[in-house]
Amino acid sequence: MSASVAEIPVESRVHYLNVDYGIKSWLFTTDHKRIALLYLGSITLMFFIGGIAALMMRLNLLEPNGAIVNPETYNKLFSMHGIVMVWFFLVPSIPATLGNFLVPLMIGARDVAFPKLNLLSWYIFIIGACFTLYAVISGGVDTGWTFYTPLSSLYLTTHVLAAASGIFITGFSSILTGLNFIVTIHRMRAPGLTWFRLPLFIWSLYATSVIFVLATPVLATTLMLVGLERVFHAGFFDPRLGGDPILFEHLFWFYSHPAVYIMILPAMGVISELITAFSKKRIFGYKAIAYSSMAIALVGFFVWGHHMFVSGQSAYAGLIFSALSFAVAIPSSVKVFNWTATLYKGSISYDAPMLYALGFIGLFTMGGLTGLFLASMAVDVHVHDTYFVIAHFHYIMVGGAVMGYLGGIHFWWPKITGRLYPDVWARLAAVTIFLGFNLTFFPQYILGYLGMPRRFAMYPPEFQALNVLSTAGASILGIGYFIPFIYLLWSIRYGPVAPANPWGAKGLEWERAPSPPPKENFEEIPVVTEGAYMYGNPESYNV
Amino acid sequence: MEEPIVSVRTYVIVFVSLLVLAALTTYIASFDLGIWNTAVAMAIATAKMALVGLFFMHLWFKPGLTRVAVVCGFFWLGLLIALILVDVFTRNSIPRAIGTPL
Amino acid sequence: MSDNVAAGGPDINLPAHRHPHPGLHSHFETMEQQREAGTLGIWVFLATEILFFGGLFACYVEMRAIHYQGFQVGSHLLERNFGAAMTFILLASSFTMAMAVHSARTGSRRLLVVFLVLTIVLGAAFLGIKFTEYGQKWHEHLVPGFNFQPTSEQLKGAPAGNVEMFLCFYFFMTGLHALHMIIGIGILTVMTILGLKGRINADRYSYIEVSGLYWHFVDIIWIYLFPLLYLVGGR
Repeated sequence: MSASVAEIPVESRVHYLNVDYGIKSWLFTTDHKRIALLYLGSITLMFFIGGIAALMMRLNLLEPNGAIVNPETYNKLFSMHGIVMVWFFLVPSIPATLGNFLVPLMIGARDVAFPKLNLLSWYIFIIGACFTLYAVISGGVDTGWTFYTPLSSLYLTTHVLAAASGIFITGFSSILTGLNFIVTIHRMRAPGLTWFRLPLFIWSLYATSVIFVLATPVLATTLMLVGLERVFHAGFFDPRLGGDPILFEHLFWFYSHPAVYIMILPAMGVISELITAFSKKRIFGYKAIAYSSMAIALVGFFVWGHHMFVSGQSAYAGLIFSALSFAVAIPSSVKVFNWTATLYKGSISYDAPMLYALGFIGLFTMGGLTGLFLASMAVDVHVHDTYFVIAHFHYIMVGGAVMGYLGGIHFWWPKITGRLYPDVWARLAAVTIFLGFNLTFFPQYILGYLGMPRRFAMYPPEFQALNVLSTAGASILGIGYFIPFIYLLWSIRYGPVAPANPWGAKGLEWERAPSPPPKENFEEIPVVTEGAYMYGNPESYNV
Repeated sequence: MEEPIVSVRTYVIVFVSLLVLAALTTYIASFDLGIWNTAVAMAIATAKMALVGLFFMHLWFKPGLTRVAVVCGFFWLGLLIALILVDVFTRNSIPRAIGTPL
Repeated sequence: MSDNVAAGGPDINLPAHRHPHPGLHSHFETMEQQREAGTLGIWVFLATEILFFGGLFACYVEMRAIHYQGFQVGSHLLERNFGAAMTFILLASSFTMAMAVHSARTGSRRLLVVFLVLTIVLGAAFLGIKFTEYGQKWHEHLVPGFNFQPTSEQLKGAPAGNVEMFLCFYFFMTGLHALHMIIGIGILTVMTILGLKGRINADRYSYIEVSGLYWHFVDIIWIYLFPLLYLVGGR
């Protein structure tokens, strides 16, 4: 048995970052860890772009008549904010960065099943991003991220085709990533690593990958149909030619509702890892959480019509979708209960990742509960297309998914870079983000309830106070996001060198691989003999 | 565990069956059976798909996981089509409030 | 060997780097794992293709449900015999493709190449008929968006917009299918070259198996397209 990997001095160790140098070794890499970093850089840039759009929107909303842009520009801003944040940041964020880095490490494999396909996924993402950025630069798109017809298919002269092509192309990046993860998790687990010994992060990524492969192709077809309609005037979505605009919405939301589960499931997986690691306690209800991930993926496909209650869809269909939408909340709540039960009598430490996890639980719960308001048709009729909806999904996407992403980045940063970041700044940033977030989005619940519509560049003057509060919060939130950017970059060069397992966490990536790992991940493939999260006294577990 | 090699005889039988089914569906389409035209055509197409899938694509010999992947694909597609049709066919089923125009 | 193999994992007593099979990629432990991963991968990919074409089918289904008469008229404008001929050709190409995989597994290199070439020829024949059909539609002034001018006896009382929409579906769906066929022919050409070089044999047949699965899938799409487009309503 060789010396513990933590004892080998890092300067003399070869790992995946220094095993070879030069731009070609990065652009032609098939190492999943390097590909993860390529994604990390790309999505950070896209987050910045989407964030600038948000900043301009919020600045504009300081005044009831629009403070800095005219309504046409405002329409383009919210469209690009949505498109960039959804498809070029949130959807790839955790799966393509943390997922790509960690899946092989967590299951004891040397790489994903199809490493070259993995690299191709990143290139496809970049090409799609270029198309979309071209659409932004050449004047933007103003359909909203939802591209509703007939507005997008008939009436506009903005760059719908370019933006839609960009998203179409990027969709294939997600499909291939999902395919890679499914095959990797099925076929490349280490000996002894049965399904119910897997970390819950893997379960959540598996569920996410199922959604990737089944939902994204329909998005591709839908965007293709919009393009064909624009070019050939086929009339699928044009009532004058016998088409049906609601058909577009069916096809679009069949993907886009499961897409929101793509965005939240990996974050939930991260939270499961963080809660257990920072309570030093085995997670409560492992199987329930694992099954709930699969249930969310499954039932999430049955509920898309809740985006269409007021579209002209039949009320019968609406009834079915409403009932099913209530059902889909159940597995999510199972998770929240189990995380809370895990905390009970745990040995809790308040490091930055844990602060993000705790923030997630609170904010996700609020966002999720307001989803139930929206699922009941009678309420939705009043708050559809208002700021209530915006607050709801930002609580989940930003208060949930982005906090989960940041928590995961902070948790695994030592493993990825071999460095530690400054603790105090990290906790300060987490708190700033939490406070800034709530100040930004809580007023929006009230605004929506009071009737302020979304996607409007102007509003009645009585809403100004709440809008100003929201913009103030957004500024604080922006600062909060900027702080980690600084210290994380700083830590790569100047941070203290990290041991293999700085948190004392369980898991193959912590216990069997150094920080950072070597290119092949493990000297020898580990053999797994125990379940996940075996903290504390082993005799107390009846496994 | 390597997959067994399917015999040439099996392939030939399947191929001939496919040709027969294709001829059958073309022939039946020359009669006007109303709604049954579509139903019969889809049934025959599904039978042909099953033959190609089970024998040419070796699904008959594959482990359960592969069959699950295939079933999932069709189930999800069926879901999409079914719920769209529920919407389309029930748009006018629930009477609107008195006084609102159709 | 050991319970880790029983658990579904690789046999760690024979690590890959000590006795590597020439075709083994370094991130896999055994050839069996590699082959199983490849097979599962292609099937998952086919599931995505079901949903990809499926979105188009869903759109078609709704429009046909609403505009059945127009779709029936549009379908009668298509040449049923061409459709049947294409169906027979494609089914035959699936047979020759299955035989090609069979030849690889039984180690017969000559038959492998023969059947691959036959499959390519049949695929090309299919495409030949399809493009002839497209050309015919152009001459008949029935191409939507370009020169759609049907005569009234062609329309038989159905709204022209609905007939035009049907033909849009015809061109889009068969066009997307034809694109997949062209890609398939490209893949099979590569397979033929690999087969000639002896790189496909009874020990290394995953490439040809994967290509076969793709080809059969494209055939299955046509199996549904044929009745949906060419056989709407009786005559």
